[in-house]
Amino acid sequence: MGPITSRLVALNSTQGWIAFAAFGLVMAVLVPVLNLMVPPSSAFHVPDYVVALMGKYLCYAILALSLDLIWGYCGVLSLGQGAFFALGGYAMGMYMMRSIGERGVYGNPLLPDFMVFLNWTELPWYWLGFDQFWFAVLMVFAVPGLLAFVFGWLAFRSRITGVYLSIITQAMTYALMLAFFRNEMGFGGNNGLTDFKDILGFELSARSTRVGLYVSSVIALGLAFLLCRFIVSSKLGRVLVAVRDAESRVRFLGYSVTNVKLFVFTVSAMLAGLAGALYVPQVGIINPSEFSPAQSIEVAVWVAVGGRGTLVGAILGAFAVNGAKTWLTGVAPEVWLFFLGGLFIIVTLLLPKGLLGLYASLRARFASVKAEEKRHA
Amino acid sequence: MLDHVPEVHPDPQGKLAAGSILYLDGVTVTFDGFRAINNLSLVLEPGEMRTIIGPNGAGKTTMMDIITGKTKPDKGDVLFDGHVDLTKLDEAAIANLGIGRKFQKPTVFEMLTVFENLELALKTARGTFATLFFRLMGEQRDRIHEVMETVGLAEKSGQLAGALSHGQKQWLEIGMLLMQDQRVLLLDEPVAGMTDAETEQTAQLFLSLAADRSRSLVVVEHDMEFVRALGSKVTVLHEGSVLAEGSIDKVQADPRVIEVYLGR
Repeated sequence: MGPITSRLVALNSTQGWIAFAAFGLVMAVLVPVLNLMVPPSSAFHVPDYVVALMGKYLCYAILALSLDLIWGYCGVLSLGQGAFFALGGYAMGMYMMRSIGERGVYGNPLLPDFMVFLNWTELPWYWLGFDQFWFAVLMVFAVPGLLAFVFGWLAFRSRITGVYLSIITQAMTYALMLAFFRNEMGFGGNNGLTDFKDILGFELSARSTRVGLYVSSVIALGLAFLLCRFIVSSKLGRVLVAVRDAESRVRFLGYSVTNVKLFVFTVSAMLAGLAGALYVPQVGIINPSEFSPAQSIEVAVWVAVGGRGTLVGAILGAFAVNGAKTWLTGVAPEVWLFFLGGLFIIVTLLLPKGLLGLYASLRARFASVKAEEKRHA
Repeated sequence: MLDHVPEVHPDPQGKLAAGSILYLDGVTVTFDGFRAINNLSLVLEPGEMRTIIGPNGAGKTTMMDIITGKTKPDKGDVLFDGHVDLTKLDEAAIANLGIGRKFQKPTVFEMLTVFENLELALKTARGTFATLFFRLMGEQRDRIHEVMETVGLAEKSGQLAGALSHGQKQWLEIGMLLMQDQRVLLLDEPVAGMTDAETEQTAQLFLSLAADRSRSLVVVEHDMEFVRALGSKVTVLHEGSVLAEGSIDKVQADPRVIEVYLGR
């Protein structure tokens, strides 16, 4: 076995790989089969709305992973994840806008409807290239990555840490929201981008396209998880933990804390961008509200609920909190915000290691009770 | 002006700098008007062991902060190896030059194991991507085990550093310095919180480190028994500058040193 292969195999324990494969098979094979092949009359049928919902949750899980990488491992609470997510979403949205072509309300072959409505005659330069899918995909990673790189370089070399870093990333997110609300920005203002028709020639309203996007999200989550595992299980991953727990000590060992943080911040922004790019075709719209600071804070709640610095916890938290949100906003919408706030307080005070930590301590207690029984038996 | 301090340069031609491993001349640093270091000059030879003593607030830790790049002096020269200006470099660059530091309060990475702590300190490329793709080689693993033996933590390899006793943390941090293979070791109160037996072992370890004169040690310590056991040249700091220098017997007999320690 080559060094790369053995390193990849060692990313998860045997148990971990089994769980990874099982989760992948259920999500990427079983759910689509039960949706497409099993008739709706059957009890085993997975309805379309569940597939759509799961697709959204999968994107949220990638977003949660991106925050766990920088916050859970490196101790940097970035409140810019929502902004990177939205930028990735806008990049994909711009591609789908341009794919509409003459099928728009105004039938303009080049300009999206909102530009025609604003009496624009020319496509702004930053919309060029977005008729190509590969270019849009490149931008999904490049735009959030570059923003994180430049912003992070300025912040980390000035040694801005802790709550100050959180505040300035939140300010960045807020500033972007205000900018994207303006019609003159050329991103559809308040309404954002919507009325998409197809992606890569596949009709978005078709069931097969929806399932295709859902399966893509499963694969993306799997790859994102493996990438994060690769980083955190490397020596760099141990440097990240060291930076989180004793930043200045790391400097005296000769590591550049600025570069280490810059690397994970950029990777994490690109992952958030990917999540946004998969999210937008599935929900059919992207508007500036995705930039709202509350969104980024909500991501932090998912990660805290699931368990920080575990990766699996981030995914678990994204599914659990969003599942609760879907259910609660259905049965008692007015309760949701109180629930979210309460959840954050309970997790902070009682479950500092989140659901995953609760599971581990329950298992440990169960094991000790069993050992005690054995001793008395 | 009351706070005027005359410029004293014991080494106007910089002759002492040549051939030294560490050279401080006329260093002054002020925090909010308080002169923590006041016209401090100190020269350390390659392979030398030096013990620094002095009452609280004498500027011992601040001196280490200046050498390691944590604090920038207001004025004065700080040279490594006779020519590298340390005031222009940051902590990581200085660490990579060959100056290692053990903190007053033992600072290890508590959520990492003893082995992982030493692995991070291991002398290898420090670049972000080099670290991402790093693979531990057989001889490097042997080196880590060797150092764990040296600092008496061989049994604790897989234990989280946070679960170690205070004395063991001190030793782990010393072990990390050994892994870095530095030319200058700055050790801030290395035996604080150690038992007598541990203190004695530490003195033996330092003497063995200094024995082959391949590295220089600067030890800051309050424990006079320990200082005596090291038997090196002693520098007494007081109010940010050098009060006396020489053997432990000589400085302990110095009336100014006695006055500083016993109070006025």
